[in-house]
Amino acid sequence: MSNETYVVAYEDSEGQHVLDYAVQQAKKSGASLYIIHVLEWSPYTFLTPQELEERHKRRTQETERAQSAIIDPAVKRVEAAGVRAEGKIRYGQVVEIVAETAKKLGATMIFVGRGGGNGLGARIFGSVPIGLAQVAPVPTVIVPQ
Amino acid sequence: MFHHRFLAALAALCALSGPAAAQSIDETINRIFADYTGWYVGLIFADLPGTNFSWIALWLVVAALIFTFYFGFIQIKGFVHSIRLVKGDYSDPDDAGEVSHFQALATALSGTVGLGNIAGVAVAVGIGGPGATFWMIVAGLFGMATKFTECTLGVKYRNEYPDGTVSGGPMYYITKGFKERGLPGGPILAVLFCVFTILGALGGGNMFQANQAHAQISNVIGDFPGWITGVVIAAITFMVIVGGLKSIARVTEKVVPFMGIFYVLVSVVILIMNADMIGWAFGQIFAGAFTGLGVAGGFTGALIQGFRRAAFSNEAGIGSAAIAHSAVRTKEPVTEGYVALLEPFIDTVVICTMTALVIVITGVLNVDPDTGLYVWNAEAGRISTEGEVVGVALTSAAYSKAFAWFPVLLAVAVVLFAFSTMISWSYYGLKAWTYLFGEGAAKEIVFKVIFCLFIVIGASANLGPVIDFSDAMLFSMAIVNIIALYLLMPIVRGELGSYVERLRSGQITRYKG
Repeated sequence: MSNETYVVAYEDSEGQHVLDYAVQQAKKSGASLYIIHVLEWSPYTFLTPQELEERHKRRTQETERAQSAIIDPAVKRVEAAGVRAEGKIRYGQVVEIVAETAKKLGATMIFVGRGGGNGLGARIFGSVPIGLAQVAPVPTVIVPQ
Repeated sequence: MFHHRFLAALAALCALSGPAAAQSIDETINRIFADYTGWYVGLIFADLPGTNFSWIALWLVVAALIFTFYFGFIQIKGFVHSIRLVKGDYSDPDDAGEVSHFQALATALSGTVGLGNIAGVAVAVGIGGPGATFWMIVAGLFGMATKFTECTLGVKYRNEYPDGTVSGGPMYYITKGFKERGLPGGPILAVLFCVFTILGALGGGNMFQANQAHAQISNVIGDFPGWITGVVIAAITFMVIVGGLKSIARVTEKVVPFMGIFYVLVSVVILIMNADMIGWAFGQIFAGAFTGLGVAGGFTGALIQGFRRAAFSNEAGIGSAAIAHSAVRTKEPVTEGYVALLEPFIDTVVICTMTALVIVITGVLNVDPDTGLYVWNAEAGRISTEGEVVGVALTSAAYSKAFAWFPVLLAVAVVLFAFSTMISWSYYGLKAWTYLFGEGAAKEIVFKVIFCLFIVIGASANLGPVIDFSDAMLFSMAIVNIIALYLLMPIVRGELGSYVERLRSGQITRYKG
């Protein structure tokens, strides 16, 4: 068994094929998966006073929901396939967080789905896989649908 | 936003006349208010003997000076650190998703930046001459220490509830802080503060804003009944604060900062276009600050107007900012004090100064070609201006000399600023309301409905004495709040000392930058 870690940028159950592909690869090399779900967030947005007051409560709710609806089932699915997995929810910019996590963990590969990267918006503003292609510190696999 | 008294006359001119029946109701309400509250309003805004400087403005300025010295010029020593905090250099990445320093600052600013920066400055320069700008900047700089003090306390003594929501503000630091220091009278002062806050929120934070918003709209599209504006704004506000329609609030919260930035940019462009006159304008400001340049009241006239505008525009000492800032996620209350001290800087030192410079440079103040001095309109008690306009109209005239489209933009900005100020004050009022009557959906709805009704009243009526009374309430908040700040400032000093020590020793982590 290797000590390798693969980071999987996981959006939701629609990205299960990414998870499954990462599991396949991990099985071959004996790596473990670090599944990360990022909630888009910028500390420079503007909120009303009411939103400020409720922010901590909302964040707790958001995290709980993401944990039970997204991360827990994903970790279960990977473990059921016989691969070690850990899940994490983070707030921020997806590309930035994924790249930074891979670096911090010393991960050897990143897996990411193509997601909605074909629309006009993605062409103008870029998408997560395009962004990762530019900044990822380790080899990155873009898994098509 | 504390422009009301000076603009009351302007409001009177601009506010539309409602139906005859409403007029008589106006008159009745005005008379009742004048009869029963006039003495209190007179007391709050009373001038110091032998001057035309109200003691309440002195109260605010003296407090700002005391805090400045007590905290060793924190606004200068801590300025760079404040900016680093806002940038998030000291924010734990694991706390992402919580209220950031930037967000708390932006929200608090959207409650204060408004008519005071546009109309209030025009009034100050119109009466006190360019020199008023100098004293306005000085007062703004000192006011930063007041904000530092109140916002540190706001975070330190806020209530955190099991469901994760927070409530903070002077009423909380008055009760908890007084108890901690073994001081008597905390609960009474806190209740008093809340009563003043509720009445101030309904008046200065609501009726006056609605009134001015309507005045601006009718200036641009022509006269129409004020209740129409009132009902529309009240309906939108109702949807936001009762219906929880966050999208509108979010749009406003996004557009208002953008408007503020745009206003500063336009000012900078005008200054660049007149770059050769900037030196002259500063010359006028400095010379006027100490000589008055022949303006009535001379040196003291400029000083009084400048101090008054600054104190009334950035709300330092009123206690409202402490309510807005207390929601931030931080382990160190002092960090929010640092961030809050940027508020008077942005509001007064930057935005108000821009307005003043543009007014001076564009030459809308009439100058006597023979003497080179400003022409004094003795009848109106101010400098004679092009078209003899005052307040918002003077600012509008100055900016339109460079850009003809500016008045339309300014009208939009005024309406949006008024709306965001109302949203902020509905929250401040609500916090005071729930402090008095307890939390609970039904109790909160009562306040919110009252708040919306007052928007309609404010927009359709010209209730001078009512607005004066509400102004008096806002400054009464400052009396209670500043007394509490004096008594609690040793606690802030303790917090600051410990924080600076740990910052030096590297115990406080800097995550980036």
